[in-house]
Amino acid sequence: MTENVLVKDKEIVVPGEPLAQGMSFLPGPGTYRDGDRILAQRLGMVSVEGKVVKLIALSGRYSPKIKDKVIGKVIDVLMTGWRLDIASPYSAVMTLKDATSEFIPRGADLTQYYGLGDSVVCQIVNVTSQKLIDVSMKGPGLRKLRGGRFIEVSPLKVPRIIGKDGSMVGMIKNATKCEIIVGQNGIIWFDGAPEMEVIAVNAVKKICDEAHLGGLTQRIADFLKESTGVDVAQGGAQ
Amino acid sequence: MTYHERFDKRAFDEMRPMSAKVGIVPRADGSAMFQIGKTIAYATVYGPRDLHPKFMQNPMTGILRVNYNMMPFSGHGERVRPGGGRRSKEISMVIQNALLPVLNLKDYPNAVVDVFIELPQTDAGTRCAAITAAAMALADAGLEMKDLVAAVAAGRVEDKIVMDLNYLEDSHEDGCDIPVAVMPSSGKITLLQMDGEISPAMLKEAISKARDACKKIYEVQKQALKARFLQL
Repeated sequence: MTENVLVKDKEIVVPGEPLAQGMSFLPGPGTYRDGDRILAQRLGMVSVEGKVVKLIALSGRYSPKIKDKVIGKVIDVLMTGWRLDIASPYSAVMTLKDATSEFIPRGADLTQYYGLGDSVVCQIVNVTSQKLIDVSMKGPGLRKLRGGRFIEVSPLKVPRIIGKDGSMVGMIKNATKCEIIVGQNGIIWFDGAPEMEVIAVNAVKKICDEAHLGGLTQRIADFLKESTGVDVAQGGAQ
Repeated sequence: MTYHERFDKRAFDEMRPMSAKVGIVPRADGSAMFQIGKTIAYATVYGPRDLHPKFMQNPMTGILRVNYNMMPFSGHGERVRPGGGRRSKEISMVIQNALLPVLNLKDYPNAVVDVFIELPQTDAGTRCAAITAAAMALADAGLEMKDLVAAVAAGRVEDKIVMDLNYLEDSHEDGCDIPVAVMPSSGKITLLQMDGEISPAMLKEAISKARDACKKIYEVQKQALKARFLQL
C-alpha cells in the first residue's frame, strides 16, 4: 500500500477532498479519517507537520476561547448582570461580580454602570459545553469604550493585524497616534484625531485584504508613511 | 416515436453550460452563485446564530433552516406569486434534508444555520441548482462538512435517458424527471425524487449517469471555492 500526502502544502482544499493516504498519517484539526484516507472537513489551507495533516480555516465566525480579549456590546440588562454581543454565534453574560470591583447594592439600576449599546473590552473566563459564555472586566486594560469608531473584520485576520508581539498594530498606533484595541472576535476600536482614525481604519482593511501576501509589514509601513508622513519603519515601532 | 435529438441539440448525457462563483454577498457569512443553462441560483448562509422561536432550539445540536424561493419574474411569462407556497415549502424541506447529511452542527447547540436560496431566472432543475449553490455557500461560511453536495436532474424523455433537463424536456408529456443529489467523494445519494414513470432498468441507468454528471458539477464547485481564496 502506498502511503503519501495527496495535496501540496498550503494548497486550498474543499470539504471532502482527500488529503493523505495511509494509516501512518494523523488527522489534525479540520480533517477526519475515512478508512485509510484523511479527508478535509472544511474549506481551508493544508498544513502538513510531520505525520499530522491539518487545515487552517479561511472563513467562519468567531468561536469563543477562554482568556481571549474581545470587544462586546451590551444588548440586554439582566437581573444580575449584562448580556453582551461578542460577534460570535452565542452571546456572553457578564455578572455583577465580574463587572466591577465597586460595591453594587441589591436592586440597583444596572444601566448606571453599563447601558444598552455600550461597548466594553472584556475577557472570556468560561465557555461551557452548551456554549454559555462568561466574560469578566477584571484585568489590566479591560474597560468601557467611550467615543471612537468600531469596525468588524474576519476574526481569522486578527493575528495578522496584531502582528508578532503587537508589531503591526503598534506601527499603526505610532504613525496615526490613535488608540487602537483589537478584539480577538474581529471587532476593532479606534480613537484619535478623526482624519488619523480614517487612515488607521484603511491600514487595517489593507492588512485584511493582503493578509496572505508576503512583505506585508513593509507595504503597510509605506502606506502609513505616504498617508501620515511618519516613517514608522525607522525604528518607530518598538 | 423516438426522441432522436434533444430540443437544444445537446448530447443525451450532456449538461447545459455551468458557471459558479463564491463570495458574492460580502455581508453574509457565506454565499455562492450557480448557473446551469438558463437556471440561476443564489445561496447565502447566515450563522450559526441565535435561534428564535425558542421552542425550535435543540440543545443537542445546531439546526439547519433552508428557504427556497423563485422570484416572481423568474419563470416563463407566468408570474410566480411572491412569498412561500406549498411547492417552495416542500422544496425547502427536501433541500434541507439533502444538505444535512454532510453538515456537522454538533458544536453549535441551540443555534441555527440559515440558508436562503433565491432563483432570479429558472428553466427547470431549480432544486438541483439550489443544492449545488447552497453546498458551496455552506463551505464558504467555514462550517464543518464531511463533503460537498452536487445535484443534477436526470430523467427520461420518451425512450432516452437525459441529463439536466430543461423546461421543454421537463414538461414533455412522455417523460420523467429524477432530481439526484450526490456527495461526490463518497458517491452517496442525499436526494432522490421522481416525477413520472420509468422502468427499473432505466432508473438504474439514470442514477448511474447522474452520479457521473455530479462529478462534473463537483469540479465546477471545487474550482469556484478555490478561486475565491486565490484571487484574494
